[in-house]
Amino acid sequence: MSVLSSEPAALRKTALNELHRKMGAHMVPFGGWDMPLEYTGIVAEHMAVRTRAGLFDVSHMGEIEIAGKQALALLQKVTCNDVSRLQVNQAQYSGLMNDRGSFVDDLLVHKFSDEHYFLCVNAARREADFDWITQQNDPGATVRNTSDDYTQLALQGPKAKTILQRLTSVDLSGVRYYWFARGKVSGAESIIAHTGYTGEDGFEIYVPVADSERIWNEVLEAGKDDGLIPCGLGARNTLRLEAGMMLYGHDINAETTPLEANLQWICKLDKGPFLGRDVLLRQAQEGISKKLVGFQMTDRAIARDDAPVWSNDRQVGKVTSGSYVPYLKRAIGLAYVPTELAKSGERVQIEIRGNKAAAEIVPTPFYRRPKS
Amino acid sequence: MYPANFRYSKEHEWVNVDGNVATVGITEHAQKQLGDIVFIELPGLGAKLEAGKECGTVESVKAVSEIYSPVSGEVTEVNTALNETPEWINQDPHGKAWMFKVALSAPLWDELLSAEQYEAYLREEEGH
Repeated sequence: MSVLSSEPAALRKTALNELHRKMGAHMVPFGGWDMPLEYTGIVAEHMAVRTRAGLFDVSHMGEIEIAGKQALALLQKVTCNDVSRLQVNQAQYSGLMNDRGSFVDDLLVHKFSDEHYFLCVNAARREADFDWITQQNDPGATVRNTSDDYTQLALQGPKAKTILQRLTSVDLSGVRYYWFARGKVSGAESIIAHTGYTGEDGFEIYVPVADSERIWNEVLEAGKDDGLIPCGLGARNTLRLEAGMMLYGHDINAETTPLEANLQWICKLDKGPFLGRDVLLRQAQEGISKKLVGFQMTDRAIARDDAPVWSNDRQVGKVTSGSYVPYLKRAIGLAYVPTELAKSGERVQIEIRGNKAAAEIVPTPFYRRPKS
Repeated sequence: MYPANFRYSKEHEWVNVDGNVATVGITEHAQKQLGDIVFIELPGLGAKLEAGKECGTVESVKAVSEIYSPVSGEVTEVNTALNETPEWINQDPHGKAWMFKVALSAPLWDELLSAEQYEAYLREEEGH
């Protein structure tokens, strides 16, 4: 057995780090952060979120705020979705674009007001995103990296709303999916967003750093009888993969465009000029050569990240995310393949430790939550 | 925690020798590090194993690990039940999740540790 070891070398810590350790979480480095991988185990945590509720510390995620009269102009320039369609208290999934039409990052844009927007970005991209947005800021908006001001908790699962409602006077049934409210959670001013990265119903809550431990404990206590448990990044990854959601640095990166990543729904090519739009327009007209697809293993094997994908004795692509997923109890993954192979039912082989194992292209998301 | 009559490898396998037959599995420490185990590939019946050489794989949700045979000899029995219930490895790694039995063809590897030595080795690893 050769077992993974965790090297705690100059890693950043969230405000809940000590509490995670005290609660017995298995900590690992992730994107430069010392984060909980699991508490009770990935399978138990994954299933808790699908059937009851789970609480994640996702404070490693970054926050960037854009303000001023030119805030909209700057955001329209650097992101591919149409920010002008957002209403106050609404959130939008989008891509932060480079001038090649590929991803600097993927992010959530929340509209506080016409002149104030709140972005949630990936942990490892905080500084890169801030630098890029600042560099592109010829419109002259105010750009602030406010990542250190927030602890972000993700409360996810069919019981999430019931549990959170016990701690806030905000009427959560009035906050639709991909909308948010500002109000108190456990007495502290918070942003309560009806968003998530699990494919399940739930909330992402931005709370003041000073109240982190108290709120974490109060949420866990409020959900105890509903089977709420603390969860780590291991389950967060299997949940998002099962739900067919992208992970930056794996499924999307600075060399892949939203059209190749099957994210045409976040590309509003008619909104006016934005970074990389010419590339995306050309791809929309002329077509793309590779496309991100979902696959499931038909042979008994688990494909992992970076495994080569073969078709007719030719290497045609690579797995970008691959794992066994606990709810579907299957080995699935995402991979870029040539567009002509990007159809459900197409058969490919995936090279795993020198052997080729059979897989089938399937539609994504792999898992869709039951309509409530 | 670690049975005194077993021997242990630094790669976290255990060996229980009875006469000429050695039973092999992975240790409590190994299963804990891996987390929820969902898939296993074991050597086939009759396979000739060499101590220190790769002879199978264990996969958890998050990672894959090689199994290195701690002994040399021929595989006489395989715990095929683990294909259907790999979670036994998490639940009872030193008991019902034994992996395979080997008819020894050579004396036990002198690098194998006693339970006491293995526990000391784990403490040393954790200290790093």
